[in-house]
Amino acid sequence: MDASQIIFGLTALLIIFSALRVVTTRNMVHAALWLIVTLLGVTVLYALLQANFLAVVQVVVYVGAIAILFIFAIMLTRREMRDGGPQLNKGWPLAALISLAVFGGLLALLYNAPVSERLAASLEGQDTLGALGQALVSPDAYVLPFEVASVLLLAALIGAVYVALNKKQESDK
Amino acid sequence: MTAYNSTMILAILPEILLLVLGVLVLLFDVVWKGEKRRALGWLTAGGTALISIVTLLIGRPGEPQSVFGGMLRFDWLGFAFKQIFLLGAIATALFMMDIEKLSRRGQAYALLLTATLGMSLMASAADLVMLYLAIETTSIPLYVLAGFLLDDDRSAEAGFKYLLFGAMTSAVLLYGFSLLYGFTGTTSLTSFVGSLPLALGLVFLIVVGLGFKISAVPFHFWAPDTYEGSPTPVAGFLSTASKAAGFAVLLRLFLTAFPQFVEQWAAVLAVLATVTMTVGNLLALAQKNIKRLLAYSSIAHAGYILIGVVAASKLGVASVIFYLIAYLLTNLAAFGIAAAFGRAAGSDEIASYAGLSRRSPGLAFAMLVAFLSLAGMPPFGGFIAKVLVFTAAVETGWVWLAVVGVVNSIIGLYYYLTVLKVVYLYRMEGENEEQYPIPLTRPYALALTTLSIAILVIGVLFAPWFDSASLAALNLF
Repeated sequence: MDASQIIFGLTALLIIFSALRVVTTRNMVHAALWLIVTLLGVTVLYALLQANFLAVVQVVVYVGAIAILFIFAIMLTRREMRDGGPQLNKGWPLAALISLAVFGGLLALLYNAPVSERLAASLEGQDTLGALGQALVSPDAYVLPFEVASVLLLAALIGAVYVALNKKQESDK
Repeated sequence: MTAYNSTMILAILPEILLLVLGVLVLLFDVVWKGEKRRALGWLTAGGTALISIVTLLIGRPGEPQSVFGGMLRFDWLGFAFKQIFLLGAIATALFMMDIEKLSRRGQAYALLLTATLGMSLMASAADLVMLYLAIETTSIPLYVLAGFLLDDDRSAEAGFKYLLFGAMTSAVLLYGFSLLYGFTGTTSLTSFVGSLPLALGLVFLIVVGLGFKISAVPFHFWAPDTYEGSPTPVAGFLSTASKAAGFAVLLRLFLTAFPQFVEQWAAVLAVLATVTMTVGNLLALAQKNIKRLLAYSSIAHAGYILIGVVAASKLGVASVIFYLIAYLLTNLAAFGIAAAFGRAAGSDEIASYAGLSRRSPGLAFAMLVAFLSLAGMPPFGGFIAKVLVFTAAVETGWVWLAVVGVVNSIIGLYYYLTVLKVVYLYRMEGENEEQYPIPLTRPYALALTTLSIAILVIGVLFAPWFDSASLAALNLF
């Protein structure tokens, strides 16, 4: 076990723990703060994989913008910061059982996996940002998924605006 | 770095045109005011019909080939499915035109077109990245459409339930994709062959994601509630085009990526087909609401179609495509009738259909055609479709599966005929039905007439359609 594996293990534990806290804590602001911890943990994983650009983007976009937006939205829209409802419903033992079964299945699957000989090439010292940019606009690589992603975002935007603004339009008429 | 060429443009011609049409719809949504906006439906339906004609004329694929660096396959299989989706979008746009709060909203039509665009990409995607994006491009507009009637709690519930189930299964699917990539080091569907040690486990994960799309048991729980709550034309679109897109992916993924594990996944899918048919049909027996009945019937039909996938032969794939064409026409008609009736009578209960044959003989006759075709009676399209699927199963040695299918068709016949009994034999008590006509607006009359004739035509003259389906099926072998 080398250093990067130890760092990976600790980060993974941190991610799982904070993700659990996001859904178990009753205070909404705390949940948003735990979410930031989760997202920062993912940043560490990107850095471990030497995807430097993605790590920076992860911090700027997810931690910097989205999580902060969450906190603002919670503070501006909710008077009560605590969620008083029950946290479990009747079906939870069954759900827990199925989750455990899936976990066991995946564990068995990965345990039996032959160790791959093909290790990914190290990215150290390479211009990953340039390669990423090229790949996104090259017709031989990812230009189509890139364009489709913008169509997807446009549709999501239209849907979100419709859902959010519909009430207002109705009262204007 | 290679440049773009005309084949690439032709391969995504329907998608480009759909996007242009969607933007046009949004533009006219701003320009047109008030009642004029109803014409957005004509624009959507007419534009989509034009796209279908243009692609039929100039967008035909030749020899199957990979375009965009292997992101898409440009072949007859994708082409056939794209025509199916375009047809579904045309009919759905027409049915949407007279639903209150839906018809004068450009967003609804734009979302419908985006979902169709996503489906077209699903049908031709040959790379995991492309495939996942296409699936999301299809799903997200459909979540909004299912919950489009924001004032109606049931519609909001429908949209939300669809969203939760969709997000969950899409996460599982993505996990399967990521493992697939992790084990093989490639995202291209064509290069998995022979390099996959853990196929069965991964097949399970992928089946979860696609099982949701095609509403196979046990991933069907969203279907009845979503169909019941969402606007009826949207429910029709979900149960036909969206399901066909799921089958397009299922066929391409399993037959091009895992052909060497055909025994394993065919066994998994055979069990799934049996459970899906049986549960769908048995639960349909007890339904009192027409949309819930159609939801369970659509689950059962997913089971029949899976039989064709299990066969995994040329005939099997051709029968799946033919079944999907017949089923699309039939089920769109059924949901269209439910939409027309629900709009006029204000009820979706089966009991309220009593006396329909006198209130609107035309609508009742369309219902007779659609339900008999769903039940698989000759001379309608549904009969040929079922025969083909069962033949494919017997031909490849899945005799027991064909027997299960036949038994299930008989159960299905019972509840379809029960609805027709209410329509034709029951009367409205103490009322003169002729005083309660069901008015049919022009878009409904046009769409229902065309669909009913089409159901009859593909049932009688099935050879040209079957030939096209066989041609498309060849691309997978």
